[in-house]
This record gives sequence, C-alpha cells and structure tokens, in this order.
Amino acid sequence: MAGYKPVAIQTYPILGEKITQDTLYWNNYKTPVQIKEFGAVSKVDFSPQPPYNYAVTASSRIHIYGRYSQEPIKTFSRFKYTAYCATFRQDGRLLVAGSEDGGVQLFDISGRAPLRQFEGHTKAVHTVDFTADKYHVVSGADDYTVKLWDIPNSKEILTFKEHSDYVRCGCASKLNPDLFITGSYDHTVKMFDARTNTSVLSVEHGQPVESVLLFPSGGLLVSAGGRYVKVWDMLKGGQLLVSLKNHHKTVTCLCLSSSGQRLLSGSLDRKVKVYSTTSYKVVHSFDYAASILSLALAHEDETIVVGMTNGILSVKHRKSEAKKESIPRRRRPVYRTFIKGKNYMKQRDDILINRPAKKHLELYDRDLKHFRISKALDRVLDPTCTIKTPEITVSIIKELNRRGVLANALAGRDEKEISHVLNFLIRHLSQPRFAPVLINAAEIIIDIYLPVIGQSPVVDKKFLLLQGLVEKEIDYQRELLETLGMMDMLFATMRRKEGTSVLEHTSDGFPENKKIES
Amino acid sequence: MVDEETIRVVRCGGSELNFRRAVFSADSKYIFCVSGDFVKVYSTVTEECVHILHGHRNLVTGIQLNPNNHLQLYSCSLDGTIKLWDYIDGILIKTFIVGCKLHALFTVAQAEDSVFAIVNKEKPDIFQLVSVKLPKSSSQEVEAKELSFVLDYINQSPKCIAFGNEGVYVAAVREFYLSVYFFKKKTTSRFTLSSSRNKKHAKNNFTCVACHPTEDCIASGHMDGKIRLWRNFYDDKKYTYTCLHWHHDMVMDLAFSVTGTSLLSGGCESVLVEWRDATEKNKEFLPRLGATIEHISVSPAGDLFCTSHSDNKIIIIHRNLEASAVIQGLVKDRSIFTGLMIDPRTKALVLNGKPGHLQFYSLQSDKQLYNLDIIQQEYINDYGLIQIELTKAAFGCFGNWLATVEQRQEKETELELQMKLWMYNKKTQGFILNTKINMPHEDCITALCFCNAEKSEQPTLVTASKDGYFKVWILTDDSDIYKKTVGWTCDFVGSYHKYQATNCCFSEDGSLLAVSFEEIVTIWDSVTWELKCTFCQRAGKIRHLCFGRLTCSKYLLGATENGILCCWNLLSCALEWNAKLNVRVMEPDPNSENIAAISQSSVGSDLFVFKPSEPRPLYIQKGISREEVQWGVFVPRDVPESFTSEAYQWLNRSQFYFLTKSQSLLTFSTKSPEEKLTPTSKQLLAEESLPTTPFYFILGKHRQHQDEKLNETLENELVQLPLTENIPAVSELLHTPAHVLPSAAFLCSMFVNSLLLSKETKSAKEIPEDVDMEEEKESEDSDEENDFIEKVQDTNNTGLGEDIIHQLSKSEEKELRKFRKIDYSWIAAL
Repeated sequence: MAGYKPVAIQTYPILGEKITQDTLYWNNYKTPVQIKEFGAVSKVDFSPQPPYNYAVTASSRIHIYGRYSQEPIKTFSRFKYTAYCATFRQDGRLLVAGSEDGGVQLFDISGRAPLRQFEGHTKAVHTVDFTADKYHVVSGADDYTVKLWDIPNSKEILTFKEHSDYVRCGCASKLNPDLFITGSYDHTVKMFDARTNTSVLSVEHGQPVESVLLFPSGGLLVSAGGRYVKVWDMLKGGQLLVSLKNHHKTVTCLCLSSSGQRLLSGSLDRKVKVYSTTSYKVVHSFDYAASILSLALAHEDETIVVGMTNGILSVKHRKSEAKKESIPRRRRPVYRTFIKGKNYMKQRDDILINRPAKKHLELYDRDLKHFRISKALDRVLDPTCTIKTPEITVSIIKELNRRGVLANALAGRDEKEISHVLNFLIRHLSQPRFAPVLINAAEIIIDIYLPVIGQSPVVDKKFLLLQGLVEKEIDYQRELLETLGMMDMLFATMRRKEGTSVLEHTSDGFPENKKIES
Repeated sequence: MVDEETIRVVRCGGSELNFRRAVFSADSKYIFCVSGDFVKVYSTVTEECVHILHGHRNLVTGIQLNPNNHLQLYSCSLDGTIKLWDYIDGILIKTFIVGCKLHALFTVAQAEDSVFAIVNKEKPDIFQLVSVKLPKSSSQEVEAKELSFVLDYINQSPKCIAFGNEGVYVAAVREFYLSVYFFKKKTTSRFTLSSSRNKKHAKNNFTCVACHPTEDCIASGHMDGKIRLWRNFYDDKKYTYTCLHWHHDMVMDLAFSVTGTSLLSGGCESVLVEWRDATEKNKEFLPRLGATIEHISVSPAGDLFCTSHSDNKIIIIHRNLEASAVIQGLVKDRSIFTGLMIDPRTKALVLNGKPGHLQFYSLQSDKQLYNLDIIQQEYINDYGLIQIELTKAAFGCFGNWLATVEQRQEKETELELQMKLWMYNKKTQGFILNTKINMPHEDCITALCFCNAEKSEQPTLVTASKDGYFKVWILTDDSDIYKKTVGWTCDFVGSYHKYQATNCCFSEDGSLLAVSFEEIVTIWDSVTWELKCTFCQRAGKIRHLCFGRLTCSKYLLGATENGILCCWNLLSCALEWNAKLNVRVMEPDPNSENIAAISQSSVGSDLFVFKPSEPRPLYIQKGISREEVQWGVFVPRDVPESFTSEAYQWLNRSQFYFLTKSQSLLTFSTKSPEEKLTPTSKQLLAEESLPTTPFYFILGKHRQHQDEKLNETLENELVQLPLTENIPAVSELLHTPAHVLPSAAFLCSMFVNSLLLSKETKSAKEIPEDVDMEEEKESEDSDEENDFIEKVQDTNNTGLGEDIIHQLSKSEEKELRKFRKIDYSWIAAL
C-alpha cells in the first residue's frame, strides 16, 4: 500500500544569480588586494614560469610583483615616456616593452638596464610579443607598421605596412614561430607569416580592435573591439564563429583561463565576463570599481589581476582549499562495515530479497504522520526553521489548514509560544507569496486569543505591531491600485480601436477587509 | 450480417465489486465477489478474473460456498433464485426458484439441506430471515418454496446477521438492540443498549455483528466507533459486554479469524485493525488502504483476509497483515470533474479515480490499469473537510503530455489553484511531473485544451478561466550550459471585454483557436494570436464548443445554455444553421466528421448524431437513459465494424461511451449482452481445455490458424500438414507443469524446430528408413557416452554447464528424430 506522502513544500524560484559550478569556482577568491599604480594600468602579464611573477605596465614604469607581495619586487623605470605592453618571454627570463617614443626595449629580469633597444618605429609602440622560437620580437605601432626584430643582433627583419590605422594589439602564435597576429584600429585583424612579405589572412572585425587572442591550438582567434567579442575559425580561413555582445562599453582586454574552457573579457563598463568556450554563453561576471584596461590570470587560475583606468591594480587570490580539516572528525565505524555485503555479486541461482528502502521523513512529517499537530507546528516555528526556510513553515501551516486542524494547533499556547507565532507573522505576512496562508492563520489567532487580550504586554505589543503592518500594507496596496488605474488609462488611450487585449500585470489583490482588533 | 439487429444501450463494465463481502474458496486460491448480475471469480495470486458466472437476471445479493462441497458456490439474487455453481469450470449446476426477492444468503454446515436468506415479503421495508429448504432433485431447475421463518424485523444488510458457534444461534442487530435466536431452544433473547436518550450514547446504533467461530461470543460494531464483545448472552440478566474503542467513526465491518483468536475491524479511516485476544492493548494496524473499508472477509484456510473498499477495490491481505494483491474495478464513488478522456497511448478511459488520482481504466478488460497520483498529498478522510479536487485534465501531443488542474476553494475569496504538466517518459512508461504552475489564473479554470495538430512544432496549451482571460502556454527550452530542461511558460494572455472565458477549442489543423466568452465566440489566429472574428447569437452562454473535422472543418459548433445548437461557417463568417436542442454533451468523433450530441429533457436523454455540414441528424435514439448524461466520449475501435446500414455507420470506426449522473458507464451495442460481456479469453477457453496461461494465448492463436489451414487442406485434397497437437514436443511443452520444464533457453530451439516441420518431413522422406534407424542407434550410443561423461564430470565438478547443454540438445535431437520417424511412417501409410 502507498506509504505516507510527505507534505509538499512549496518551492519558489530562487531570485538572483543561480548557483552553478562556475559561480562557485569564480567566487572562490579572497577579497581583492588593491595596489595603487602611478597611472592607468595598460597591461598585466604573468610569467609563464614559476614562481609566476607578473609584470604590470602603468605610466612610464614596469613593476614586477611576486605572487603574494604587495610591493613590487622589481621596477623598470628607465622610460622617458609611457611604457606599453611589458611581456614575458616563454622562459620567463626576458621582458620586452614598447614605449610612447617608438622604441622597443628588451630587459633581462635580473638586470636593470635594457639589454637591447630596437629603434625603427616612428610612433608609440602599443604591442610587443615574443615569437614561439624565443629569438624574435614582434611589435606594432601607431605608425601603422608591424615589425619583426631579431634579438641576437637587434636588427629589424621585416616590416609590414598593411594596416591603415594604429596597430594596438597583437600576439604571436605559441606553436608556429613564423605566425603572428595584429589587430588595428582600421577594424581588421591580420595574420602575418614571417616567411612571406604579406599578410596571409585578414578578418574584418567591424570596430577598432582593442585586443586579440589566439587559442593555444592556434585554430581559433578571438578579437575584441567596440562592444563585441568575436571568435574566428582560422582553419576555415577566418570564418566568423560567433559574435558576443555582452558588454555595454568597449571591450579592452581578453584572457583565457588556464584550462582553456573559459574565456574572460574585461571592458570599460567595469565588468569582467566569463564565457564558456563550448557554448559561448556568459557563465559568470565580476564587477570592478573602475573601467578595466587589462586582465590576466595566473597559472591554474590561482590569481586574477585586473588593471583599471584609475591606476588601481586589483589582485584576487584563490582561497586555499585544504582548510576544513582542522576540526577533528568524530570517529565513525569504518567504511568496511557500511559496504559489508553490498558488493556481493549475485550468483546464478541466488534469489535476491530486497529490503524495502526506508523512506526518510522530515521531523515535522513524522509528527504529522502521527497526527501530533501542535508538535509539528512548534517544530517549524523554531527560529532555525523560520529564518532559513520560511516556506516550510508556511507549507506546514497550509497543510494544517487543509487538514482542518489549524485552530487546534494554534490554540492553547502560552505567552512565549504565541509570540513565536506572532513574530513569524509580522515578518512574513506582507510577502505576497505567503500572504494568503498567513492572513488566514492571523485571523484564527485573533479569534482564539481575543478573550485573553490585555493580559500580557509582550503579546499586546506584537498585536499592535501586526495591526500597524496590516494598515501599512493596505495603504501600499491602495497606492499600487491607483498606479495601476493610471496605467490602465494610459494604455486605454494608446490602444487601437480593436477589441484586442493588452497583456496586463495585476498585482496580488491584498484583501483589504482585514481588521485587527486589539 | 449485423444489420438486422438494433442498437441498444448496454451497461459496460465498471460494476461494483464491493457490494457484498467477498468469499474465498476453501483452498484460498480463488476469491468470489458479486458484481452486478454476475459473480466474478478472481485468482488470489494473479489478480486476474478467471470466470464470470452469469445466469442471474437481477442484482446478485449474496454468495456462499456450499458447506457440503467446497467446489460449489451458492448465489442468490433479487430475481428470486438461488443458483449453485461449479466455480472451477464456471458452470451452472442448479437453479432453485424461491420466488421472492432475496437480499442475502447464509449457509451453515450443520443445516445440511437448507440455506438461510433475507427476504422481504409484505411491506417493502420489513425484512425477515428465513430458512430455505433446498429439495434434492436431479433436474436443473427446482422449485424451493419451503421457507421457514427464523427472525422478523431485521436489518436488510447481511452485515447485521451472523451465525455463531457452529450454527447454534444466530445474532441479528438493528438500531439499538441485539437479538439472538437459539435454534435448539427456539427462543430469542434481546439486548437493548441505552439509546439516544442521553447525548453521550446518541450514536450507539449497531452497524454490524460477527460471531466467534468456536466460543459463545458476539462482537458488534457501532456507529460511534466502539466494538462490543458480548458474552453470557444465554441469560437475559447475566450477560456482559466489554468495549474496544479505536475507530473514531462508524465501524463498517467486523470479522473473526478462523481460529477466533483475533478480531478484524475496519471503517472509514481505511485502516484495518486486528484485535488480538480481544483486548484493547493487543492491536495491530494496516493503515492507508486507500478508501473506506466496507467489508472484511476471512479465508476458510485462515491464511488470507480481504477487505472490500468503497473505491471498488478488493485488497487481499496475508495473515501477517501484508497486502498481497489488489483487485481494482472502475472507481466510481466520487463525482467526475475531468470528464471522460481516452489516453492516446493505451486507449484506456481516463477519469477521476481515487481522491487526487487519475485512473486509467481498460474498457476491454474491465480492469483498472493504473492510477496516476496527481495531487501527491496525504489524503485525510474527515467529514466536512474541503479536499483538493482534480478538476480538469487533458492529453496532448499524442499522449506525450498531460495537463491537470487541481483546485481547493475554502471560501469565496480563497482559491488555491495549481496546474501541473506531465510528460510521458518512455523509459518508465509513465507520466513524470514536468512543470507546476501555481495560480495560473485568478479564478477557476473552465476549460483546457491542447493543440493537437500533427505538424505543430511546439506543444501549445490553452486555458480559459472565469477571471476573463485565456492563456496560451507553450513548451520552451530553458536549458543552459549545465543542464537541458524544458518547461512550460505563458506565451499570450487574451481577453474579450472582461467577459468570463468559458470554453476553448483548437481547430483540427491547429491554425485557429476558438474561445467562448459567455455568449460570444471569438476566433484567434494561433500563429500571431490576433483576434480574427467574433460570433454572437445572443442565445445564452456557450456551454460547448467544437470545430468540425475532416471535410467539415470549416464549421464551428456551439451549444448554448438556452438550448440552441448553432453552426457557424468559418469561411463566410455567418451562421450556417441552428437548431433548438438542449445539449448536455457534445463530442466530436476523432475518426470521422460525426458529432454526437446528447440532449436533456424532462423524460430522459436523447442522442443525436449529425454532421456539421447538414443539419439533419444521421441517427437519433430517444431515451438512452432516464437520468442526466454527464459525459460522453468516442473511443476509436481497434478493428472497424462493418455496419452497412446508414443509421449505424457512425459506429463503424468508433464506439460511443457515456456516463450518467449515477455514474453508470453505458455504450451502444448491437451484440447480445452475453456475447458482449464475455471476455475474449473466455470465448477461447470454451473451445479448448488447455490451461489458460499467457503462453497458451500465443499458441492458441497458432492452433486456430492451423485449424483453418487444416480445413483448407482437407478441401483441396492436398498433402495434410501436421498439426501442432500432433507434435509431441509441443504437447509435452504445454502439458508439463512449468516447474519441471527445463529453462526456456533449452526449449526454444526444440520448439522452433518443431514448428518448422513441413520442410523437415520432405527431407525425411528422402532419407531411407534404415539410415534413420542407424542414426537413432548412434544417438543412443552417444547418449550413453554422454551419461558416462557426465558422471566423470560430476566427480570433477568443473565445466559442467556446456556439456549439459550438449547432452540436452542431443536428447532434443533424439526426440525430433523420433518425431520425424512418426511423420515418415504416416506418409508411408498414405
């Protein structure tokens, strides 16, 4: 026969952000460390080698920070003008940076003075990068040119003059030493091959390109410019795969998570969005205090560093995971006792007798099953339940009402117990989702306790509070109805002559005939 | 061939199983229960109906086993006869004609040639217990007019009479007194309870009585839930009674176990209480039986109990209070809100069942298939409690979706409304809750319909409500990257001048939606949800609305409360015709253009079948039922009938079922009632004497087929094909009890081979006889060898399985060969 059916707890849609694996992952960071830089932080770059230091380019300085240091462990400040795009080499030992005056400087991490200076650009160099073979540097400048430099003899190898506007971003392929990509304000992203003199591929982004990114496989290219982030399939000759428009201001920086599963974009609208690289849907988003110019993720996503226009560098470290072990665990029976006999494989002629699965019932359900109605109500009026899960309390009250025993359960309470009930009513009576049930309960309470009113000042005070609440709610509902009336009139004037209807949202009519005598 | 017969209204299944106590056979293998004019024999193990004993011409009111022969069963009926049956073969042995209405039947082992019955002779409400002497005679029909009066002025219900202590006395209760008649002394003792004089004992009425099988002890149940155990009732003065009180409401029935050590009681709490040793402390419960317990009975062997419930159900319970089987008929004790529907998948009739459930009822087998729990809340049975009611339900998208609406209205202003959408899951073969919508409308939902167009890409549901709106719900994909889910959301809300929406209906192709707002019918485009046109006849609120189908799809029909049936042409947007007809039920046939309308007048209900294209009805049948018809439905036939007569053609593709106010399910038929109500299995059984097993059904058909073939072959004088009966393998297979047969895997190849015989015979023909013999010898040798091998391997006890298979297949071969030989000899004889 059918067993006891537990009370159906009314579930309400959870408002706000849904908790997903991604929100858990991306929220699992400590509160950010704020570091003040001298100017807008235009570039943050992590060293690919341990100990994963990062270089921050702001104004005319390049600071190198250690993983947990709040003070720079090294500073390169020998720039006359603004420095741009300090980038580590793959081995983490060299650093290259462009400058406002058109120079490109190569630094040794341990040294101070530049090892090499590449002169040739006539205007500010906004992007520099090492090629995959480590011996060349690619640079793009505001003089519309892209140059390839040789590190050992500090000479210019190639110059590409295909862009028709400032070259502001670029990156070199991590697999092929001859391939690199640049994005320009002429709305194009071009791929160059050092073995030829011309670009091998050009895609039209549609807006001035602020940032480009190649996937580790080199098959996909991501470009950001204007409010769009676009993903291109390089293997199909630069076909647009997807266009994302999730920011409402210019997207300035792009970054991939260490697993390659998530793409991050930072924008002037002060948000960092995290996309899934399989579905290209936003799975998470971060808010920052100012417009974001640069963004970098450390190895294994341990740290998120965001540089902003106001010169603030925000550094977030991942929370360490192994912390909960501190509490000594209660000694439990060993694992073996639990699985005893569970892993027994059924032999051919065995007859399996299943033990009926025992259904777990909540405590209030157990009370209701045995018709202990007052006890069930007491249990759900416990503060731990009313604060955390008021919907359970309301569902039990509703169930008692359905069983026709709500009055019995509410009657015969002393001052303390009745004030528990009244506290709950005061807190939740005006919530539209609970109102129908709770108004009924309030009416019953008033009916029951009307003869003894005035005997306890505590309860009287609660009743007065409740009365005030109801009056306030009635006023509020009246105002809402007035507003609705006004809106109706506006709609009526706008409506076409036809008898078609207009979708209307009517608020929950709050029964106004509610009176509380106290 | 069927044209000559006229269409009659016949009752179709769904008869009560809980009218009287069920009776167990002596070996507890079968259980008998009265069911309308029939007695049904069920197996207690498989819950299947084994026989239907029909022969009575009126309601069967009592059944008892023949105490002198446990393979026979007595039954009595309001038609004034007592019949004796052989229940194992389902044969009527004898009929005793008593001549007056019999209301109950009792048998006592001591009174050998007589039975006891409750009759009413003079006045309609005075009942007497009489002893009927059954004359011994060899003829089929015997007059049994020799009645001897036992007790007068008794209660009609057989629950109020009990024979105790091997038939020494009979106890009868009525209102506030218990009377005991002693057969030997021929005296009656009467014990009266303090009746309604004081308020405390106001509900002291007796409701039922049971007697201890061996001791002098009578248990009586009372209106207030008490059970009294009476002792020492031989003396009018010294009698004593003890009280057992657990039930909070009326005790519906009582029964002692066979040994008398425990007493069973039940009531509307739907809890079976077992009182051990007749003490208040020692009690066991079997709770949640689903509905009020009406009757309790105990098997003579003592191993089973059974309870009959008000929801037309019999539960068979083991001695240790464990329910073992449920025999469930059509649940009928509640009002039907959902109407009659047909589940497109199972072709089962779907309607309200147990509280909060939808029942799926098979019309063919008169059996409930399953219950779908819609409300999913604990049912509390208490008088005056307002329950959640399942008010509307609809199937959509070829049975893939089910929408249900439940409501509970305590006061005028407080309405709880919930709409649930269920998806059919192919894996579990059942409906799974997909979406739950709280308060889909501000007021009661009046109509619910799915768009059932074949090419509709998106499931669409429309609800119409008294709050003046109709809402369109669509299935949307709200999957994100983490999981894939589908759910229903509101797509459009429409209204028409704030009138109450009363009906909604999609056209056959799903392109138009008709919604009636009180007197006005509005037509909406289902793509853009624009109002296309309105029809208004000013003839009262629209009660029913439906589109024509197939060739008549340009017509829209509406029936109003003022008794006007209107037909509008959708192409000309004008009224095509109207007729004065007070339509109660209007149902379109899904397989044809026909529409059935049942009208209500003061004398009864009339049926009209018509096509929307012509106002003249195809078929009229007056007076199909005296009472109001509430719901009707067309059920597509599995095998189309072939009525050639024009009047009956509407019954070719579908059958029309309807439900009256007293909840009897009726249909139209041309067959005679016996033929109609005999299940197909029974018809087969009459011809064959093989045990009825599911396996048999497969073979049975095969055999029939073979029979037909046989006839053909005989006619054509061709070589006769061997029949399955002649195949020893098959007959052995069928006649050997299942538990001694080897597993099906072994039998399979043998069986299949035996069916492939015609070719084998030809090949056998070519082989000379002596070769065959040799082979057989060889095989015998090899058999011996195998035996030897087996012995050896028994000692080794390894790798046994394969060789057994091998050996068995050898024996099969041998058998086959033997058979082949037989066949061959037969050919040689020819």
